Amino acid sequence: MSKNYDIKVEYLTRVEGHGNIVVNVRDNKLEKAELHIVEAPRLFEGMLRGRSIFEAQHITSRICGICSCGHTLASIQAAEDAIGFTPSKQTIELRKLLLHYETLDSHLLHIYLLVAPDLLGVKSFVPLISTHNKVVRRALRMKKTCNDVCDILVGRHVHPISAIIGGFTKLPSVGEITDQLTFLYDMRADMDATVELAATLKFPQFEREMEFVGLVSDDGEYPFLMGDIGSTDNFRYPKNEYKKVTNEFIVPHSSAKFAKHKRESYMVGALARLNLNYDKLHPKAKAVAEAIGLKPMCYNPFLNTAAQLVECVHALEESIRILKELRDRGVNYSEQIVVGLNETNNIEVKAGEGYAAVEVPRGILFHHYEVDDKGKIVNANCIIPTNQNVNNIEHDMKKLVPEQMEKSEEQMTLLMEMLVRAYDPCISCSAHFLDVKYINR
Amino acid sequence: MKAKVAFFDFACCEGCQLQVANIGEALLDVLDKIDVVEFREVMSEKSGGDYDVAVIEGSITTKHAIERIKEIRSIAKVLITIGACASIGGVNGMKNNFELPEIKKYVYGEDEKYFDSVPTMAVDQVVKVDYYVHGCPMYVPEFVTVLKHALMGIPYKAPEKSVCTECKLNENECLFDRGLTCMGPVTRAGCNSWCINNGNICYGCRGMLDDPAKTGQIEILKKHDIPLEWVTNKFNMYNKAKDVKENENE
Ligand code: SF4
Ligand code: SF4
Ligand code: SF4
Repeated sequence: MSKNYDIKVEYLTRVEGHGNIVVNVRDNKLEKAELHIVEAPRLFEGMLRGRSIFEAQHITSRICGICSCGHTLASIQAAEDAIGFTPSKQTIELRKLLLHYETLDSHLLHIYLLVAPDLLGVKSFVPLISTHNKVVRRALRMKKTCNDVCDILVGRHVHPISAIIGGFTKLPSVGEITDQLTFLYDMRADMDATVELAATLKFPQFEREMEFVGLVSDDGEYPFLMGDIGSTDNFRYPKNEYKKVTNEFIVPHSSAKFAKHKRESYMVGALARLNLNYDKLHPKAKAVAEAIGLKPMCYNPFLNTAAQLVECVHALEESIRILKELRDRGVNYSEQIVVGLNETNNIEVKAGEGYAAVEVPRGILFHHYEVDDKGKIVNANCIIPTNQNVNNIEHDMKKLVPEQMEKSEEQMTLLMEMLVRAYDPCISCSAHFLDVKYINR
Repeated sequence: MKAKVAFFDFACCEGCQLQVANIGEALLDVLDKIDVVEFREVMSEKSGGDYDVAVIEGSITTKHAIERIKEIRSIAKVLITIGACASIGGVNGMKNNFELPEIKKYVYGEDEKYFDSVPTMAVDQVVKVDYYVHGCPMYVPEFVTVLKHALMGIPYKAPEKSVCTECKLNENECLFDRGLTCMGPVTRAGCNSWCINNGNICYGCRGMLDDPAKTGQIEILKKHDIPLEWVTNKFNMYNKAKDVKENENE
C-alpha cells in the first residue's frame, strides 16, 4: 500500500516561541521534512550596536524570558571578557547558583507542562488539573519554589535584576541564604516524586547516531558556566573559536540560522551534556540516571527529557552545596556593586573582543561582543541553542518518518510534535520558528 | 458564566506569559474564575475564535502581525496588553533606531529579503486597547488587578506618578547621590520600585510618564560627563516605538 502524508502543524504549541512542522510523504517517499521557525525577527544583535556594553545584559536578557538568566550570564561573561574584567570567586559561585536555578526551573516547566501531557495522552496540563490534580499541584509548587529562590537571589526570575557586569548589585543576607536553603530542602520530596513519575513514562523508541556538542572541562565539575567547547566526535575548541563549531547558514524556510560542525548536523542540550560529562554528575543524579536506564552514549533524542530530569536532581543538590558553603564561609558584602552606565568609572574599560560559552537549559549558548575603548558595542553576535538544534531535528525527522510509515497521519503528526518538543526548542530565542505540517495527499 | 480568555503572543520573549505560570498553585484559583481557551505556550487546545477577553503579549513587527491583531480585536470584547512589548513597544522598539534594511542585513546578510519586518509598534498603534499591564516583565500584582477590573468591566489606569515616589517609600538610597543615572524620575510607577529595591537602577521599562521632567537629568549628565548619545539611547530602550506614525506601516 502506498503511503502519503501531508503534515502541516502551524503555530506549534507547547514550545517556546512559534514554529511550524512540514512533512510531505508521497507514495512512501519522503519529499520534505522541515522545521520552520516563523518567529518575527527581533534583530537583537543589530539593536545592540552603538549601545553601552553595560546595557548588553539588560537587553539580551530580553531575547528569551525562559532563559533570561542564561542570556544574562552569557552576556556578562562575554562583556567582562571584552573589557578585561575578572570576576571574584564569590561572584562566580553565585552565578553558578543562578544558572542552576534556571536549569531547574526551565527543565521542570518542560517536563511537567510541556512534555508530560503528550506522554499521558492529553492536549495540555489543563485536563490534568482534574485527572492528575496532585501532579499538577506538585508541578506548580516546584515551579513556584524556583521562582521564589530566584526572587531572593536576583530580584526576579524573568529578567534578573541584580546580576550585572562586575558582580551583583545586591548580595543575599544570612537570613536570605537560610530561606533559599529551606525552600530547596523542602523541594527534595517533590523531586523524589518527580523521579518516580518519570520512571513510569514511556518515551518513543528511536535512535540516530549523531554528534553531541557542549562544554567540557578538565576539573571535576559538570560544566555549566565555564569550559571549552567539546564534541563527542573528540573535538575541543576554546570558546573564542565557537564559529568553527557553529558554521551558521541560512535556509529560506526558517527565520533561525542553521548550524553544522563536521557532520550534517549536531545536537546540544541536556542529552549532549549528559553524554559528554556523565561521570561528573552529582552522585544522586547519577543514581537517578542509572535507575531510569540512561547512560552514555544515548542516541535517542526523545530521552532529552529524561536527561533533563537527571540534571534537575544535579542542579538541586549542587545549589544546596553552594548555599551551604556560602553560609559557612560568610558573604563578603564589600563586593556589592552597582554600575549603571559606568558613569563613575567603577569598572575599568578597554577596547577588545569578548566571548561567552554557557550551558543554558537547552544547550550551549554563545555571545560575542566587540567594544571600543569607551565601552561602546561595535559588533555583537549571539548563537542560541535552538538554532543549533533545528538542523538536527530535521535530520531526525528524515530518519524517523520512513521508520514509522505504519502510523496514521494523526499519529505521525503527534510523533513529530513530540520530537520537536523533546528538544525543548526556544523559538523566541532563535527568532526563526517551527511549524509542523504533515501532508497526506 | 465564566469569561473565555485567550492569550496571544507577538514579537516578544514570552517572559510575561511565564510570569503567569510563576504564580504557582494560586494559579488554580485564577483558573477557577476564568475559562482559558487558548494559551499556545502551555496548551495545544485552540479557541477556534471563540473568546471574550484577549490578552496580548509582544509588539507588532510584521505585516502579518498587523492583520492578526486586527482580527483578534474584531472578535474580543475586551483587549488587554501585557508587558512593555505590547503596551509601549518595549525593547523591540530599539530596532527603529536603525534603517530597517540595514539592520536586517546586519543580522541575516544577503538573505534579509526572506524576513518580513516593519518598524516596531505597540499594540495601541494598530488597534484600540482597553487595559494595559506595564513592565518588562509585567508586574504580576498589577496583572491580577487589571484582570479583576476587566472581568468586572471597570476602567483601570496605572497611576501617573514616578517610580521615585515608590522608591522613597521603600527608603532606598537615591542612586543619583552615588553618581548614577536612574530613569525613576521619568518612569511610570506601579512596580514598587522593583529594580532599585534590588540595588540596581531603574531602566524605565514601565514607560515614560506623559509629562516627564527631563531638565534635572541633563544637568546631572553634564556634571558627570556622560555622552548625551548614551542617554538618548537609554530613553529609547523601551519607548522608541512611539515615534512610528499612524498608518506608516500600512
Ligand atoms: S515585556 Fe519584557 S518580559 Fe514581557 S514579553 Fe516583552 S520582553 Fe518579555
Ligand atoms: S534611586 Fe531612582 S527611583 Fe529612587 S529616588 Fe533616586 S532617581 Fe528616583
Ligand atoms: S524599577 Fe524601573 S526598570 Fe525596574 S521594574 Fe520598575 S519601572 Fe521597570
